[in-house]
Amino acid sequence: MTGFFLSQIQGLDPLTSDEVLVAQNVFFALIALVMILAALKMVTTENIVHAALYLVIVLAGAAGMFILLGAEFVAVTQILVYIGAIIVLFLFGIMLTKGSFGTEEGELRERNRMAVLVAVLIVAVTSGSFIDSFRDAELNRQAPSTTADIGDSIFGQFIIPFEAISVLLLAALIGSVVIARRDQ
Amino acid sequence: MIDLLAATTSSVTSIPLGITKEGNWFLQNAWLIPLIPALSFVGILFFGKRLPRGGSELGIAALLIVFLLSICTGFAWMDHRDNFHGEEISQTLISSEHGEHGEHGEHGEHGEHGEPSLAVVNTATWFITGGVEFSVGTLVDGPAVMMLFVVTLVSLLVHIYSTDYVAGDRRFTHFFAFLSLFSSSMLLLVISENTLQLLVSWELVGLCSFALIGHWWEEKDNSNAALKAFLTNRVGDMGLLIGVTILFFASGEMIPDSFGSFSIVTTNALASSGLLSHSTLLIAACCLMAAVMSKSGQFFLHTWLPDAMAGPTPVSALIHAATMVVAGVFMIARLYGVFFEGFSIGGSSINLMALIGGFTTLVGACLAFVQRDIKKVLAYSTISQLGYMVMALGVGAWTAAMFHLFTHAFFKACLFLGSGSVAHSVHSFDMKSDMGGLRKVMPQTFRTFIIGSIALAGLPPFAGFWSKDEILAGTGGWGILGGTNGNGSYTFMLIMGMITAALTAAYMTRCVYLTFFGEFRGHGHPHESGPRITIPLWILAVLAIFAGFLNLPKGFQLVPKSLQERFGHYVEPVAGYFPEIAHATPSWSLAIVSTIVVIAGISLAWNYYFVKVEKASKESGKSLTELPDGLTTRLTLARMGHTLLVNKYYLDHLYTGIITRAVKEPIAELAYRSNQEILDRTVDTFGRTAVKIGQLNYEKIDQNLVDGFVNASGRISSDSGEELRKIQSGKVQSYAAILFAAATILAGLLIVIV
Amino acid sequence: MLLNQFLILSAVLFSIGVYGVLTRRNGVMVLMSIELILNSVNINLVAFAAFREAIPGEVFALFVIAVAAAEVGVGLAMVLLLYRNRRNIDLAGIDSMKG
Repeated sequence: MTGFFLSQIQGLDPLTSDEVLVAQNVFFALIALVMILAALKMVTTENIVHAALYLVIVLAGAAGMFILLGAEFVAVTQILVYIGAIIVLFLFGIMLTKGSFGTEEGELRERNRMAVLVAVLIVAVTSGSFIDSFRDAELNRQAPSTTADIGDSIFGQFIIPFEAISVLLLAALIGSVVIARRDQ
Repeated sequence: MIDLLAATTSSVTSIPLGITKEGNWFLQNAWLIPLIPALSFVGILFFGKRLPRGGSELGIAALLIVFLLSICTGFAWMDHRDNFHGEEISQTLISSEHGEHGEHGEHGEHGEHGEPSLAVVNTATWFITGGVEFSVGTLVDGPAVMMLFVVTLVSLLVHIYSTDYVAGDRRFTHFFAFLSLFSSSMLLLVISENTLQLLVSWELVGLCSFALIGHWWEEKDNSNAALKAFLTNRVGDMGLLIGVTILFFASGEMIPDSFGSFSIVTTNALASSGLLSHSTLLIAACCLMAAVMSKSGQFFLHTWLPDAMAGPTPVSALIHAATMVVAGVFMIARLYGVFFEGFSIGGSSINLMALIGGFTTLVGACLAFVQRDIKKVLAYSTISQLGYMVMALGVGAWTAAMFHLFTHAFFKACLFLGSGSVAHSVHSFDMKSDMGGLRKVMPQTFRTFIIGSIALAGLPPFAGFWSKDEILAGTGGWGILGGTNGNGSYTFMLIMGMITAALTAAYMTRCVYLTFFGEFRGHGHPHESGPRITIPLWILAVLAIFAGFLNLPKGFQLVPKSLQERFGHYVEPVAGYFPEIAHATPSWSLAIVSTIVVIAGISLAWNYYFVKVEKASKESGKSLTELPDGLTTRLTLARMGHTLLVNKYYLDHLYTGIITRAVKEPIAELAYRSNQEILDRTVDTFGRTAVKIGQLNYEKIDQNLVDGFVNASGRISSDSGEELRKIQSGKVQSYAAILFAAATILAGLLIVIV
Repeated sequence: MLLNQFLILSAVLFSIGVYGVLTRRNGVMVLMSIELILNSVNINLVAFAAFREAIPGEVFALFVIAVAAAEVGVGLAMVLLLYRNRRNIDLAGIDSMKG
């Protein structure tokens, strides 16, 4: 994965496992920092189009995280579906509702205090319990999961949820057409 | 039936199911039968409007093919029943300690009908998930073949009839599409191999009846009736779902490496061999009974059935004679092992099913007396006759119930189509204000209607007589001049059956008088219907006369032995998946008494209508429908009874007025109150108290304590009150904030505690 | 790598998403914040899948992506409807349920 790319760039022999680990941690720190900053900018920026672009950064960062975790197929799907489709959908939504807010100003901060409180509370409780439960649990994945495995799993063990999802998508499709349709 | 010797020596490892995979082409390919009308449904839906006859020709062609296929399947089955000697399939079981019933001599004991019958089963895997295999398939045996014939025949005649009856309707094509789907789902139900398939087709039948009852949905009453039928059926469907689930897991305890089995034959075989616990079977049978009560219109879930008359008459005929309502009866017959063991039908004198059936048959017959609407008379009559069938199944007279279903299908379809023919001509269903004297202008309809009525009343030698008499004999309650040896001694059921026989004869006499005799009371000039209506009527009338001869009772001295009990021989399974039921011996004395009872019922009504009312109307010079000073005007008790019947025992009031309101209003009330009072008041009170405490502080304690401290506390409580007041802002995000905060705090508490 | 670093990252993203849902007045922005929340959940799922070397975690992450797509579709349709009826998508203005 990342280690492999590094070795290609530097033209060296494959890295030792310690070196890979260091590289992974460096990448993690970088991506995580960028994701958090972009997420913060996204929820605070006044310009809604910029917010959508910050969301792209967060989503791309999440895809990077998936690659770090050895889930390549999920990462690819993330990029295809989220960045390829959902963001475009958002941009359309922003364009179609333009004029209501070019930017958001004032009054935004009304519920600020409470929201910050809730957010901090969530971080505190969840992080606290994570640290309590998985203090030093190591991730030592041997090999990334293959797409074939995932396919087997979806069409074997999870065939019913898969069918349910397909029906859900159909229902959402029809539902959104019905909701958004202009009545005569 | 229990071989005690075998029980002590061997534990059960397998039981014979009484099925085979081999058979004639027709028996192997029964899946074609529901498929063809389903294809015709799709075809009519997409291309019907472009066809010259609006899609009706497609439906009729499909039903004709299917009808011929069913007849071939029927003959194939008769051949199979007598001449097949193939391999029988067994079900392996977990060897268990409770092998008390052991490997009993299953085959030897079935001596009554001779050879065992092997049903032809074909299955295909639908899908496998979580180690459970879901299959679809066909189970072709006696009852299935019988139902195939009845459903396809009645449906075909209804299709032909409808081309005239709904001609020019604005949703003509739509109507035929749903008729096709209706037939298809009923045929699927009939040949279902497993309970899951049964459940699916059961729901499909319900859906189609909804669509067809509400065919003229522009009128509020019709769409209400459709909704009522659908929703009442939902109540029972829950029972079916739960019952099927219970049976699935119950069978799983006996089958190795499996969670359970949806297979009807396996479930039945396990139940009737006594391997499943009695209490499990009782609960499952009660749940399934709820489904039967809603689908087959048993008391007290029967209220949808008369309202379903809002649909076009051919649909009523189809629903009442062959499809919808007999689905429930057929389901009991299909899972009879479960019901037989669950309700301990053998050797008892009363059980839930027989009681519900017996009660329904009486209740329905009483209600049929007070109806003005000719179709409602027939609807209540259907309820009553379905009660008869359920009662018969409840007392163990399986063959009699199936035979009654068979004959009832013909004469009830005949009566319904006849009433439709009348209504087509006078443009109303009201017997009292718009009919009368129609025998002169509608001779064909009149004759067929009379035949159907006599068959329904049960006078020999019409079809209804034979099947009704078998049911009465099957109760085993007749002890005079040679007992009838049923599965128990259900004397109570015999009495209810007898009373109903008299009532049936009487209300049909009333109905015939009001419709066809006296003077015409309506407007316009009624005329006889066209051949597309009268020909189906005559076919059904002929069957209503002769269908009874198919199952002449055993020991009936007037015919050769080879013609006795043919229906029972071919329809009743003698196999591992069917319980071993006793068969009542017919009794001449019972037949004579029941005929006398029927004649008594007819003559009472005859005396009232044909003699007294006729005379009164001659004297007054106009056509009367009842005596001006009849019983109901003279006797308070009779009037009260009449009012009770006219209001249908106040059941509808009970359901909508009391039960629905009792459920609906408190919930709405609670939601409103919790919003208005609890939330608002808590917040308000909290704020107000805080402010008050603050003020209290300020006024009382301020003098004594440090000013600043008190001021601060007062302000804090006042502010907190103001803050809390904001919670009830109507803004979604404030609510979301509280939701998130509360959820997080609760999660935190959970983590701390655990 | 530790499992915890991913979990805490997802917790932080989740809370930022919640903050966005609670403060933004623009309907589209609220939907975008919800996407952020769903993504943090996905990171969590995949992290546990890697931790246990089990496929189902990833499969469910895929399901979450599918559900998110459906949710955005319906959500944006609702926002459009809102816009058409009120000429703006200011959630602060929608308080007809005010008690």
